[in-house]
Amino acid sequence: MTDVAITLTVNRQQVTATVEPRLTLAGFLRRHLQLTGTHLGCEHGVCGACTIIVNGAAVRSCLMFAAQADGSEIITVEGLAAADGLSPLQRAFRKHHALQCGFCTPGILTTMHALLQEEPHASAERIREVLAGNICRCTGYLPIIEAVLEAAASYNND
Amino acid sequence: MKPAPFEYSRPESLNEALSLLAGDEVRPIAGGQSLVPLLALRLVTPKRLVDLSRLIELRGIKVESDGIRIGALTRWCEILSDARLGEHHPLLREAVRHTAHYQIRNRGTVGGSCCHADPAAEMPAIAVTCAAEFEVMSLRGRRIIAAREFFRSVFTTALEPDELLISIRLPTWRPERRYGFQELARRQGDFALAGCALYWDEAGGCCRDPHVGVFGVAETAIRVPQIEAALEDRKITDEIIRSVARTIRDVTAPPTDLHATSAYRSAVLAVLLERALRASLHDPSHHD
Amino acid sequence: MNRFAGQPLERVEDGRLLCGQATFVDDVSLEGMVYLAVLRSPIAHGRIVRIDADGARSMAGVIAVYVGSDFDSLPRIPTRLAPLEGVERFLQPPIARGKVRFVGEAIAVVVAQSPELAEDALEKITVEFDALPAVVDWKSATAPSALLFEANGTNVAAQYSVAEGDITRAFRDASYRRRETLYCHRQTALPMETRGLVATWDAREATLRIWGSTKVLWFNRKVIAAALGLRADQVQMMATDIGGSFGVRGELYPEDLLVPYVSKQIGRPVKWIEDRREHLMTTNHSREITCDLEIACTPQGKLLGMRAYLFADMGAYTRTNGGIVPSRAAMFLVGPYRIPAVEFHVAVFHSNKTPVGTYRGPGRFEANFFRERLMDMAADDLGVDAADFRRMNLIKESELPYSPGKLVPFEQPPIYDTGDYPADLERVLAAIDYPQLVGINGQEIDGRRHGVGLCCFVEASGAGARENSRVILEADGRVSVHTGCCTVGQGLTTTLTQLAADELGVDLARVILHNASTENLEEGFGTFASRGAIKGGNAVIAGVQDFIDQLLRFCRSTGGGTANELQWRGGAVRSRDGSVLLDLADIAVQAAKRGKRIEGRGNYLGQGLTFSYGTHAAHVAVDARTGVVEVLDYYGSEDIGNAINPMVVHGQLIGAIVQGLGGVFLDHLVYDEDGQILTVTLADYLVPTATDFPVIRGRSYGDKRAATNPLGIKGAGEGGIVGVAGAIANAVAAALRPLNVRITSLPLSPMRVWQAIAEAGEAAPG
Repeated sequence: MTDVAITLTVNRQQVTATVEPRLTLAGFLRRHLQLTGTHLGCEHGVCGACTIIVNGAAVRSCLMFAAQADGSEIITVEGLAAADGLSPLQRAFRKHHALQCGFCTPGILTTMHALLQEEPHASAERIREVLAGNICRCTGYLPIIEAVLEAAASYNND
Repeated sequence: MKPAPFEYSRPESLNEALSLLAGDEVRPIAGGQSLVPLLALRLVTPKRLVDLSRLIELRGIKVESDGIRIGALTRWCEILSDARLGEHHPLLREAVRHTAHYQIRNRGTVGGSCCHADPAAEMPAIAVTCAAEFEVMSLRGRRIIAAREFFRSVFTTALEPDELLISIRLPTWRPERRYGFQELARRQGDFALAGCALYWDEAGGCCRDPHVGVFGVAETAIRVPQIEAALEDRKITDEIIRSVARTIRDVTAPPTDLHATSAYRSAVLAVLLERALRASLHDPSHHD
Repeated sequence: MNRFAGQPLERVEDGRLLCGQATFVDDVSLEGMVYLAVLRSPIAHGRIVRIDADGARSMAGVIAVYVGSDFDSLPRIPTRLAPLEGVERFLQPPIARGKVRFVGEAIAVVVAQSPELAEDALEKITVEFDALPAVVDWKSATAPSALLFEANGTNVAAQYSVAEGDITRAFRDASYRRRETLYCHRQTALPMETRGLVATWDAREATLRIWGSTKVLWFNRKVIAAALGLRADQVQMMATDIGGSFGVRGELYPEDLLVPYVSKQIGRPVKWIEDRREHLMTTNHSREITCDLEIACTPQGKLLGMRAYLFADMGAYTRTNGGIVPSRAAMFLVGPYRIPAVEFHVAVFHSNKTPVGTYRGPGRFEANFFRERLMDMAADDLGVDAADFRRMNLIKESELPYSPGKLVPFEQPPIYDTGDYPADLERVLAAIDYPQLVGINGQEIDGRRHGVGLCCFVEASGAGARENSRVILEADGRVSVHTGCCTVGQGLTTTLTQLAADELGVDLARVILHNASTENLEEGFGTFASRGAIKGGNAVIAGVQDFIDQLLRFCRSTGGGTANELQWRGGAVRSRDGSVLLDLADIAVQAAKRGKRIEGRGNYLGQGLTFSYGTHAAHVAVDARTGVVEVLDYYGSEDIGNAINPMVVHGQLIGAIVQGLGGVFLDHLVYDEDGQILTVTLADYLVPTATDFPVIRGRSYGDKRAATNPLGIKGAGEGGIVGVAGAIANAVAAALRPLNVRITSLPLSPMRVWQAIAEAGEAAPG
């Protein structure tokens, strides 16, 4: 198969690569860039663990091919933390015990980061509705919603 | 769970895309939210994927004199955030609220969903209910396919392998129109076990030109002419609601599968039809 | 002098998990690593006539292809627990030889340069089968038409009976009896991280290193070493982060032998990551038990006797958990109640389905559902309020310690040590406002029928052998702590850090709690049945105490004072007057100078099981026209003896309740009559999402400390799940009582509830 040359920005750094067309974006991030914070929980677009932010929108990276990401700006969980430590969203997760095994957490953090950037006033109901796109087997989701609600204030610039 | 190998092309123009689609075992990919799982499970193994993402002419919603024209590459999130649809197609917006999840809505497209043709999906149901027209193109030319012709069977459409869906036109939404949308899914965002979309125009307290579509209960979404006939020019009373809820069980024969038996789908469909009709009695200004 | 134990402290493991810096098994990448994929049986039962792998072998990028006969030296996988007599005839071979017995069983493996190429190669292997009839339930298992193992002459692996008291008299004298057949459906735990392994054979050191194993590392190491002809110390199980266990992960599965074997054969690091489809077909299933249950009562509702016939579908093979699931189901049928006479008959049979193992609250989720459902039916027949029925029969604090008798053939009689069961029930009744809710039982409000349901339970933990710990002074003055208990996502790192820091009298940051690894501990046991804090916690304390002794001994030997003058207090060595002579950093420097390693060792065996107890209550609304049930309120309560980290145990409770609600309404592994599994994607195997159960409340508290361990801990991982089916089924039944609906079977999916309502409608006169 003919490999495809791609250039994209990942966590604010430009990356160029040549990839097999069937390589998923998740596979590219994990195996080519060693950004292993993006996890694969199902590889068929249901669990949400692989969620990353592409051009500002939360998307499932198992349902995109790396070739399709040519020219995109991507943020993964590794790009969320501030240089001096955890972001307010991450801190709120820790405070509210919004993670246990942590495997689904990167996909939830990226989803909620994208949501709060777009909708900093999201209600608990809206957060819950959006969170329904991510499966967590440990927490029962309640503490995640508490954490996101608390962190929302830090996304408010008005 | 890795896809089989394929070639990849990302055409810059519609013509280039259509030329590529004329090849052997080629599949177009838009948002990929239905296609990529099938690729991952190797249920679909095309030789080439044609990425439509550069075809900006296939994006966006246009409000035109004969209805709204939805580009095939329009994403669910664009429908949900388009304030014009509150006036120009509230039923569409209501239906899409039930479609998939946040991340899927950010990439999944109207055209992709229709071409995937899941009998339980909302968008095909809206297209059938509203008598939409599908604009399709190939190197051989352009044609318009009526919604009821477009959806042939489970995961099967009238598209020829070299044809590309360009846009979907939903006829003009009238101001006096009343509507209801109901579905039962196991969880939010799941495909419906059964669903019902309907609308009618209010004229002197009566129901005119009713369109009643049901989904998840046949090989494709279908309209139910027997119900529409029973509602035409009638005042929608409790009695008539109960009557058509009985009728729908006689005129549909839902399938049995892993998720539900025919009998259950049938019973639920009757309840959903009843609830959709009741919802349609509310003044449309109460819908946002 | 607890500073940390008892505090709801933020977890020490969270930082790396939140930043994407954790190392799960698929994040392990070794130089020269290649990828293994497994060809799995597409049919439930059949003989393998021919395998043609030539097409795969000749593909570019394919390194090796192995079929069943290539693994002839590997033994069957032994049981680790519950060796019921007879089950040893049904052990699983690591790969099918001659015959397949369930959809998903390994037939061949491919090793290739990439995971994609490995999967490509699987498609080039052709297998010809001679299909056999599939066994899918008790009926087909006991018919002679199909035997999974012809040599065994039966599909029934084991049967046993246990009894206490005079059951004949109890049933003869009772004025009231009720008998029902109840059924719990097949489910699995579905941790978010699938299984996976990386194995590498280091020829120079003659050592096999394995990443991705968890739960019971030392047992697995022993089996792997023996299978590969190695000494145990030639196999090292390396620690990784673990994406959830819930009982299913970490048992010795076929791949735990295949992957190391292949790595040793080809002399390269080999990675295998289970995909979700494989996970649903091959990782342990659980819960599928039919229970024919009968109780005898006085007219007032006092329990006199209980008799049960349990039929457990174990799937195609007996795996490492042996007969633990059915034997726990029988043991927990008694629950927290005083039942003078019991008699339980257990039959364990094999079918052409995925083998069964433990899933969070094994046997308890099922047994509590069976018992509590039947009790509510009896209460209803007798006109006794459901809460009063329980009040009458709960064992009182004054009756403890109490033994329900010898109910498990391979164990001593359990002893319920401490607790106040009625007090917990009263707390929950108040929390959910039971008096108000019982008033609306069965009523239609806003078009839906409302109901309240209860479930009381006891829950055992602290099982298994001795746990060990090792406590080491690092060069920078920090203290490394190793135990055999694994952190699998449950927060054990933090819990054990709190205990160690308290015992040492130092800050949390001084303690480095390492996840279990055979490299750092010669012998350990593992993590299951909520035993981590009990066994691991007490072992860590013993290890720290020894470490302190070693510190003092070292300080004395270096002339820091005489034996009586030195003491360890407040995280430092002090003189008799309390002034600090040396802190940990000073001692580390001294030790380094003298080339001395300061290390403490501890272990903890314990005395039998611990028994936590609790109550669940649910308020539901049922749409009788669609069968849709909404959980309006849910309250779970459990006395866990001693809560080391209240935030962590609360997280366990809430998470387990939601997981249990999934097990009642959503999770369902479905097979067709040919033994084909139909639920192999997450679009078909449904688990709870954030919108399903938004109102969950509860409290895990430490009131009555366990009498059986120094920390008084009773285990906190499972009390949240074990009462859910009982409480919800009773609430749904209460809501639908006016319609005479029988709720005896799980799941309570909308369709099944609707079907039960429809059946009641048909049965109703007129």
